[in-house]
Amino acid sequence: MSLLVPQAGDIPLPQPGPLSEPYWQGCREGVLRFQRCLDCSAATHTPALLCAACASRSLEWVESSGQGEIYSWTRVWRPVTPAFVTPYVPIIVAMDEGWFILSNLIGCEDDAVAIGQRVEVVFHHSGGSDDIFLPYFQLVP
Amino acid sequence: MGHPFRDVAIVGVHNTKQARVLEGHDSQSIALEAALGAIADAGLEPRDIDGVVGGIASNFLFQSRIGPAWRSMSPLGIPAVIEGAMAIACGLANNVLIATGEAGSYRQHASTAPWTRPTNEFVAAYGMFTAAEFALMARRHMHMYGTTPESMAHVAATIRNNGHVNPEAVYFGRGPFTAADVLESRMVADPFHLLDCAMTSEGGTALVLTRADRTEDTAKLPVFLLGGGTDHFGPSYQHPPVWDLGGVRRPDLVAGHVGRRAAEEAFAAAGLGPSDVDVCEFYDPFSFELIRQFEAFGFCAEGEGGDYVMSGVIEPGGRHPITTDGGTMSFSHGGASVQLFQRVIRGVQQLRGECISSQVHGAEVAMCTGGGSGALFTDVLLLGKDRP
Ligand SMILES: [Zn+2]
Repeated sequence: MSLLVPQAGDIPLPQPGPLSEPYWQGCREGVLRFQRCLDCSAATHTPALLCAACASRSLEWVESSGQGEIYSWTRVWRPVTPAFVTPYVPIIVAMDEGWFILSNLIGCEDDAVAIGQRVEVVFHHSGGSDDIFLPYFQLVP
Repeated sequence: MGHPFRDVAIVGVHNTKQARVLEGHDSQSIALEAALGAIADAGLEPRDIDGVVGGIASNFLFQSRIGPAWRSMSPLGIPAVIEGAMAIACGLANNVLIATGEAGSYRQHASTAPWTRPTNEFVAAYGMFTAAEFALMARRHMHMYGTTPESMAHVAATIRNNGHVNPEAVYFGRGPFTAADVLESRMVADPFHLLDCAMTSEGGTALVLTRADRTEDTAKLPVFLLGGGTDHFGPSYQHPPVWDLGGVRRPDLVAGHVGRRAAEEAFAAAGLGPSDVDVCEFYDPFSFELIRQFEAFGFCAEGEGGDYVMSGVIEPGGRHPITTDGGTMSFSHGGASVQLFQRVIRGVQQLRGECISSQVHGAEVAMCTGGGSGALFTDVLLLGKDRP
């Protein structure tokens, strides 16, 4: 067993574009954002120009509660690059507002992960000169 | 209206030598070797080719001076074969070469292979690569249906044993393998052990398609396209690989079922069903994907794929033998595109009856596939010996 922590090495970091900048700006402010449709109120992620449910272009950025449950997971032992420390645990979280996000689980032992567990977002500065805060998830006590 | 591919036949196929490293080759040189091999297999000359598809297309066009000719750069396996067939069916070309090859692009193995590592801003920082993407689909299936690592390991052992007896496989003679061997290999991305995963290698591959009314000029038995289809949900490895990801047109067909629509269309065009398939040349990036494909294509009910692969159907001599050359786990995984053609190559070899190992005797219909749920696409091609 090992305690899951944010990656501290020289990992590949996001380079926000015009579409995704509001998302990453939210992360800098400690807020997880997603897009909600003004016409049908469906939630959309990853950042898009069209509503995933009705193709409307009337999307607004809204704040997520940051809460959801683990939908699927894996535990990686062969790192994608040497910059990643193993094991790490990629998860898909089903957010309470009805959208899915890919992230890593941290703050628990690697064998504590299971589908259906409640999790909440937590932000970590990526280190280095990049002004990037990555959303990770931890188990809700 | 007649069958859309009635006037098209596959008349040449060729795999170059496949190896972990092909010394002295780069991608263009090994692809050119594959192209010349497939043209020779068809009994044709380079000057007979008037249409080219794939990463080698421009280079081959120029070097062989066959221009002006029809060209597509479509690189991705079965869609490229379908595109070449459409060019012939539409009268845009008479003899189409489809060729690709990869060598020299992955020889430092500290990181996973470049084609497994997306650079996307929503996945890269989380250490994602293909094994992890597909593992997220497999884990969800295990949760929903109780699918076991043992059933996945049985798939991997079966495919690896096909490679073990194939002298042309990169991992020829490396077995035999049992499911226990797979389960005891080191974990890569839970639930996938090392032996549940594709390997990496180098190689080239090519096909030649021609007009069906010209097949008396060709060297080997023609093989026909009975039906085909491609199912895609969007770019691979940029969005969470959610089993239940659905679309607005067919909400019943979620990403976990990707390939079902393509298979339905292919079977409908062929007038056939799963029970008619003699050889399942299914793409095998990870062991779980075989279980998923049997469900998606209607060979068994949803959730029953694990039991299905354990029931004796997938082994040599079974009703639906899988991936008979050893697939990407043992035969070869040349890179971003080569292996996506090789299920078709093997399907043709099976129907011709010329496989040097694991020949399915009397095979009439082969189902060839590419892609997988973790990549949000699956392509399907049904091949047969009888002109549709
Ligand atoms: Zn909407």
